[in-house]
Amino acid sequence: MHHRTRLAVGLGALYGLLTVLFGILGLVLWTDMQDAERQAVLAIMKPRYAMAVVIILLAWLGLGLMVGVLYRAYALAPLRLREQALVMVNSNPALRLQVRGAPEIRTLAQVVNALADQRESLQRDVEQKILEAKTSVEEERNRLAALMSELTQGVVVCNLEGRILLYNNRARLQFQVLGPGASGGSTALIGLGRSIFAMMERNLITHALESVQHRLQRGSAQPSTNFVTSTRAGQLIRVQMAPVFGDATERVISGYVLMLDNITQHVEMQNQRDLLLQTLTEGSRASLGNVRAAAENLLQYPDMENAQRERFVAVIRDEVQTLSQRIQHASSEFADTIRARWPLEDMLGSDLLQVAQQRIEQRIGLSATVEAPANDLWIRVDSFSLLQGLCHLAARLKETCGVDAVALRLQPSGRRTALDLLWSGPALDAAVLADWEQTPMRADGEGSPLTLREVIERHGGELWQQHDRDTPLSLIRVLLPTTVAHEAADPSVWLHKESRPEYYDFDLFRHTEETRALDERLLTQLSYTVFDTETTGLEPSEGDEIIQIGATRIVNGRLLRNESIDQLLDPQRRLTPESISIHGITEDMVQGQPTIAQVLPTFHAFCEDTVLVAHNAAFDMRFLQLKEASTGIVFSHPVLDTLLLSGVIHPNQESHRLEAIAQRLGVSVIGRHTALGDAIVTGEIFLKMLPLLAEQNIHTLGQARAAAARTYYARTTY
Amino acid sequence: MPKRILIADDEPNIVVSLEFLMKREGFDVQVATDGEAALQAIAAQMPDLILLDVMLPKKDGFEVCQHIRSNAAWQPIKVVMLTAKGRDTEVSKGLALGADAYMTKPFSTRDLVAQVRSLLGLTAP
Repeated sequence: MHHRTRLAVGLGALYGLLTVLFGILGLVLWTDMQDAERQAVLAIMKPRYAMAVVIILLAWLGLGLMVGVLYRAYALAPLRLREQALVMVNSNPALRLQVRGAPEIRTLAQVVNALADQRESLQRDVEQKILEAKTSVEEERNRLAALMSELTQGVVVCNLEGRILLYNNRARLQFQVLGPGASGGSTALIGLGRSIFAMMERNLITHALESVQHRLQRGSAQPSTNFVTSTRAGQLIRVQMAPVFGDATERVISGYVLMLDNITQHVEMQNQRDLLLQTLTEGSRASLGNVRAAAENLLQYPDMENAQRERFVAVIRDEVQTLSQRIQHASSEFADTIRARWPLEDMLGSDLLQVAQQRIEQRIGLSATVEAPANDLWIRVDSFSLLQGLCHLAARLKETCGVDAVALRLQPSGRRTALDLLWSGPALDAAVLADWEQTPMRADGEGSPLTLREVIERHGGELWQQHDRDTPLSLIRVLLPTTVAHEAADPSVWLHKESRPEYYDFDLFRHTEETRALDERLLTQLSYTVFDTETTGLEPSEGDEIIQIGATRIVNGRLLRNESIDQLLDPQRRLTPESISIHGITEDMVQGQPTIAQVLPTFHAFCEDTVLVAHNAAFDMRFLQLKEASTGIVFSHPVLDTLLLSGVIHPNQESHRLEAIAQRLGVSVIGRHTALGDAIVTGEIFLKMLPLLAEQNIHTLGQARAAAARTYYARTTY
Repeated sequence: MPKRILIADDEPNIVVSLEFLMKREGFDVQVATDGEAALQAIAAQMPDLILLDVMLPKKDGFEVCQHIRSNAAWQPIKVVMLTAKGRDTEVSKGLALGADAYMTKPFSTRDLVAQVRSLLGLTAP
């Protein structure tokens, strides 16, 4: 009721009450009076009726005004205060009460306002502190993420149970199973919260940990250990294990860091060297033996017959030829193995030129120009000594020939790269260049024990001077090793660029292996594989097949989009036009892709130790289960279905289609009807469902499964 | 009566030299070009000494050596193994299997002759 109406009703009631009271008073007096007294009263009142009515009306008016003032001061003001205070508490802490009404109420409002001021400033302080703390944590995380992603070594951090807490992109690439080159997608088995034992022999790790423990007990300062293992893809990985201490002073191991180096190439190189040595030593012994025996016979028995002599000479000629061929073969075959003992680094050609230009300009005081080389020209150099060499040459040119400007150029030259230092002027005397090559290098007071010749030899290169073909310039040319096929960036890195990679989760450090059955574990603590499939049709029992699997993971309540499977499959049957219009996958996209039998083992390994989540899971599971007999791979994981869970949460909603649920829960849908796109949407809505399930007292996996089974939709089967 | 020597080697270029050398030293020389032929030659007419290459076709030198040492009647035969590998592990193996001497290619003909003569108990000429 509006307060004016309330006031009017109140006043009306008051007036009514007064009328009744005065009426009763008049009636009682009237009945008590004698006739004479009644006549007297009437006589007094009769001429004064009008005046009495006016006085009564005035009294009413005065009373009404007084009640109005009191009402405003003592009833309306607290009502207003109440409303404003509620707004202040619930939605707008900046609102202040209006100081109005009776003095007591004014004081009350002032006190409430003062309290609100204090509360607001406290809150601001707390928020400020939280913000600062958040920023510094975020900064540290960013720094860590950046550091990890830049490392050329693979790094994996595990807790004692072998659960992965952190890994970097390099480690992910090292454990990739299906090649990233395949257009169907890539799969890495590495993932947060996963077991490292899926990728490495458990015994190897246990043994390494034992030897780390052993070293610790002996008081070793660097208790790390090494071992070599091979990946599923057949690559050799050298692993260095270092312990992580939970408590720095106690030195109690709480986990370990694995640093991974792919040594496949290194080992191959080593093998080649061995083979080379063997060819040259053992292979030559027999021939040399034959030559030596024949030669010694010739010398020792000069009296032999001519025919005999001819035979020995023929042996020597044959064997010497064989030896020459062998050495020729060895030096061409093993050319790459023989040179480059010195550790050379791969460098982008343009980077080298840029640094060289700066050095020459700043230290030698020559003006230097650079001809930009091809973008993808990579060279293999010891940049430090090579730059010293270039500066040495530039300094000699300036000092001896008075050159004041040089140019630098890099261009491919056969299997090598030519680095040219050009200047305008006559060519050098050959002896002068030879002298520059053989004296220790010096430039700008910076000396080196090395000579230019030694630097060139480190690179297995050569150096000479000539006239430039196209210009009237002279040049000194240095041949350097080219490196081919420099590692291309992994496309998946670019794909996920907008989101920072979720490669670490230190919360897992605190996780201990739960012995409780999965059913009793909290939904918020479980790891999930959220997946979706695209199929040729709806009838797996009539030969419809999976043509795409998309899957991603949820660990510790986070959707890990980086850890995903996005794989096309060859269904080995024709695709119907109706199905193509749904999923947009055409014949030529599935051609040459792996078959379900090849993909299922990987998918199964991806799902290890997780709960499966899918929308309308019964449908997808049916396809997987029909393959059990032929592949021997059984998906016995617990399954949660977002379709059924939606029925638990919103039993009165009509639609439980993925789009409808996503809209209800405020999840934006992108890339619908690709398996991975749908899997990601499913994962997001699943995460939104967890708090809603908790409101219904559904906290554990067992409770969720029981609730889902009770819903109407649980009766749908395929 | 001249001592009998069996040369077991499949490389004609070394056989030429060895045969010539041994003949010039006054030995009666026979040649076998694989392991089985060597064993047959021994069975046909027992030599006093065999120059046995390790890398023989059919049966390698180690096998031939083991055969010789497992046959009681053949114990007097001296075995000189010739190898182009020259790994010390191989030398140990040859000597363990019963070879009397081990020559690694390239060897000096003079040393070979001296080795052969000393094994046969002959003095230098």
